[in-house]
Amino acid sequence: MAKQKRVLKQSTKSDFITYAMLAVAFIVVEVLTFTGNISSLLSGLLVPLCAYSILAVSLNLVVGILGDLSLGHAGFMCIGAYVSAFFSVTCADAIPQTWLRFLIAILLGGTVAGIFGFLIGIPVLRLKGDYLAIVTLAFGEIIKNIVNLLFVGIDENGLHVSLESANALNLTENGKVIIKGALGITGTPRDANFVIGFILLVITVFVALNLINSRTGRAAMSIRDNRIAAESVGINVTKYKLIVFSVSAFFAGIAGVLYAHNLSSLTATTKNFGYNMSIMILVFVVLGGIGSTRGSIIAAVILTALPEVLRGLNDYRMLIYAIVLILLMLANNNEKLNAYKEKISITNLFKNKKAGNTLDKEANS
Amino acid sequence: MEFLSYLVSGISLGSIYALIALGYTMVYGIAKMLNFAHGDVIMVGAFVIFTVSTTWGLSPVVGVLISIVFCTLFGMLIEKVAYKPLRKASSLAVLITAIGVSYLLQNAAQLIFGSSTKSFTSVVNIPALRLFDGALVISGETIATIIISIIIMIALTLFINKTKPGRAMLAVAEDRGAAQLMGINVNATISLTFAIGSGLAAVAGALLCSAYPALSPTTGAMPGIKAFTAAVFGGIGSIPGAMIGGILLGVIENLSKGYISTQLSDAIVFAVLIIVLLVKPTGILGKKINEKV
Repeated sequence: MAKQKRVLKQSTKSDFITYAMLAVAFIVVEVLTFTGNISSLLSGLLVPLCAYSILAVSLNLVVGILGDLSLGHAGFMCIGAYVSAFFSVTCADAIPQTWLRFLIAILLGGTVAGIFGFLIGIPVLRLKGDYLAIVTLAFGEIIKNIVNLLFVGIDENGLHVSLESANALNLTENGKVIIKGALGITGTPRDANFVIGFILLVITVFVALNLINSRTGRAAMSIRDNRIAAESVGINVTKYKLIVFSVSAFFAGIAGVLYAHNLSSLTATTKNFGYNMSIMILVFVVLGGIGSTRGSIIAAVILTALPEVLRGLNDYRMLIYAIVLILLMLANNNEKLNAYKEKISITNLFKNKKAGNTLDKEANS
Repeated sequence: MEFLSYLVSGISLGSIYALIALGYTMVYGIAKMLNFAHGDVIMVGAFVIFTVSTTWGLSPVVGVLISIVFCTLFGMLIEKVAYKPLRKASSLAVLITAIGVSYLLQNAAQLIFGSSTKSFTSVVNIPALRLFDGALVISGETIATIIISIIIMIALTLFINKTKPGRAMLAVAEDRGAAQLMGINVNATISLTFAIGSGLAAVAGALLCSAYPALSPTTGAMPGIKAFTAAVFGGIGSIPGAMIGGILLGVIENLSKGYISTQLSDAIVFAVLIIVLLVKPTGILGKKINEKV
């Protein structure tokens, strides 16, 4: 027998490339920052880039692995952001250590979003396709709508909650209004920085990739490919859907925490927590390649940076962004172009080389 | 009396939603795609009327007619350029392209007209109706909206069920492959669907901006989402479903605005939608499709 060659599993190899890509990106950014070559525009973008990448990776779990279209992902982000900002503002004096406070804020924001994901998932995941999409969109809008009306204050007697106005809270003299309806939360400590954001992104990627390659992930993918067949071999559809959906909501919440602690004032608008944002995240996932964690991150980074890079073009930048988006989708689905890409792709060249194709060898040399 | 007034304005708002929802549901039924740019066609239509009647100074009726023709052609153009090349692509790819078109329209409108809100002169010239000694006042816009919507809905139902192109639409919606084998020109039928949907959006735009006279590049976004909700509410793909869904949604929205809370009305509308879909997962008139392995 010939000597057995040690071959890495396909998924392990792919995961390795993802981690390598993240590491390279991190080193490049750190070197740029260290040598002072980074523009203020880019350094301001670093934390949002991490937050959006986390969102894209987490939504990819629902869209790519579960095969369900969710249009309410920004709602979970909103919950994470508000819960954690509330915590940080309330406990700013009680817990002076920044790292401890931020750690608790992250866990709290993620967990509450995860619980909401679980609760919303129970009824919602029974639906299919576009009905599921519209219900998740509805939940996202409800969350945004209620948060915009929410007044929460604190005094010696504990928490006061109202949906009407700050006066309806009946606070004592020492009381402090923390969530001020449409004005949101102000004075959030800006605890987030690129290193923390990057660590959170790596953790998200780690959990997502391991989930995909686990028994749960395979079960979820079998449900995506054929629900009835999966059911008939004894896979508990509801259970696996709920697990993946809750994990996804958890990380969306963490992205929200990152987002909230990067700004000193937090408000819920259509742009940041409404359906526009949910759709934006979906665009990252679809453009990056549905089901591909690496692709989600790349698309999130490129599409977030693109409007900022085009800032010089002022009014035209969003127009160009829209055109690029349409053209990318058209090019991605163009048969002729895809056939051409297949022809010139690097992997194919190597494959042919292995097969001993002399023509390609010549072309390569 | 208060209730009646909320109800009537709710029906009026609901009719507008229904007109928009018809466009969503027809396109969904035939092309199996969620046309997220549909809401922005409303905005385009309203801006055409604004240009014709305010900037050029022509009569609003001419404006509405030009707007309908413009949007009809525009809808066909969008379909041809952005959606037709993606006929065989996954539905998500088409969805993202539609989102791209939506961004494109909003930003193009912002470049041309600026982002400030324009005040839209009502195209309806009917005096308000006073009933019960002025206890119930129904505005001219409300009357016009309800009457026009009823006419359009009857005409559309007749068109789809009685004429050849209409029945071709039904056939394509049922089974595209089989329809093609029967000699139906599928591409032309899809194009026709977009044309009708966009024409209806232009009418909806005129009525919407007459009733709520504020026009900005994002005017169409929220009604678009609401109409999409209405289409799903009634069972997406079903034409009577879109009408019922739209009107119910408008009534629920207006009643909750009147009796519960203005700011919470959106949340209530969406909550009702969730409850309906949980009880009846394919909407009010949606067909249940049995899955086969």
